[in-house]
Amino acid sequence: MAIFSVYVVNKAGGLIYQLDHYAPRADTEKTFSFPLDLVLRPHDERVVVAFGQRDGIRVGHAVLAINGAEVNGRFTADGKDVLEFLGNPANYPVSIRFGRHRLSSNEKLMLASMFHSLFAIGSQLSPEVGSSGIEMLETDTFKLHCFQTLTGIKFVVLADPRQAGIDSLLRKIYEIYSDFALKNPFYSLEMPIRCELFDQNLKLALEAAEKAGPFGPGS
Amino acid sequence: NSELFTLTYGALVTQLCKDYENDEDVNKQLDKMGYNIGVRLIEDFLARSNVGRCHDFRETADVIAKIAFKMYLGITPSITNWSPGGDEFSLILENNPLVDFVELPDNHSSLIYSNLLCGVLRGALEMVQMDVDVKFVQDTLKGDSVTEIRMKFIRRIEDNLPAGEE
Repeated sequence: MAIFSVYVVNKAGGLIYQLDHYAPRADTEKTFSFPLDLVLRPHDERVVVAFGQRDGIRVGHAVLAINGAEVNGRFTADGKDVLEFLGNPANYPVSIRFGRHRLSSNEKLMLASMFHSLFAIGSQLSPEVGSSGIEMLETDTFKLHCFQTLTGIKFVVLADPRQAGIDSLLRKIYEIYSDFALKNPFYSLEMPIRCELFDQNLKLALEAAEKAGPFGPGS
Repeated sequence: NSELFTLTYGALVTQLCKDYENDEDVNKQLDKMGYNIGVRLIEDFLARSNVGRCHDFRETADVIAKIAFKMYLGITPSITNWSPGGDEFSLILENNPLVDFVELPDNHSSLIYSNLLCGVLRGALEMVQMDVDVKFVQDTLKGDSVTEIRMKFIRRIEDNLPAGEE
């Protein structure tokens, strides 16, 4: 799965569409007995592993579920504080599921508007007049590609660094947007896109781009 | 098939005439509807034609007449009557697919039948940060020899510019 996600940002910087296209990363579930040899600490709204990496449970992984019931941030499903629960020997043996925390929709909204601002900063920093905003952001695990239309809508694709053909994919997504979102009279401009056909066709386009592989689309 | 298109547009206009009794209101509604079409059509146009940003009104006129009209209505109007300041021009349409087979009756003499087109142009250009005024100055339905649309550039819309376009 070489294309990880697609974000569509409207003119004001609000996220109007988001799709995650990668297979969920493997979570690890293990049974533990007291005392816990992992060091856990609270971080933002979650409980994460601070030290004691072992068996696929890595530093930074969050507690996702206890005894099969998903945790709600720092509290178990029945409202008890996770750290207290795990500090009490009477609750052991306990089965805990760890995994990489996936972004919540609120976090995605915030990140999208932050990216919108950074995009503008990109063009302002430029020594040349009339520079575009950020077109690509590269890290060692993914590349973020951004395409801004003349009307101010941004299409952002996060993909594997080796994936080619993202430029034409971005143009294709623009076409799919102008077809299935804009031509739907019940879709209001700048609002979140909730069109089935848009979803379906976008997924098809992503699959076609991935099949083409690191060499880009054939034709 | 353009017959269905002509029939649909005709049905639209006649229904509006029934709903709104006076021609001025119908003209306004057509312009509004055209505007809503224009703001969506522009993205389809940009996605398919891949034209870049126009840097002056002459480029805009060319793109509208030679690419946009051709793409959506299958006609290529000619561009004439440039004002001395280069901010106004006319599009001359030899034939208008919207008015095939149409005759305006006497009781609708102030109806601008193809006013939808004005709204479409205005809406589309507004989405690319251009404020324009579009109106019909000649209409074959009213007895003129050609249909003439006058487009006037008012100003560039500076608020809400996409980043990098300042």
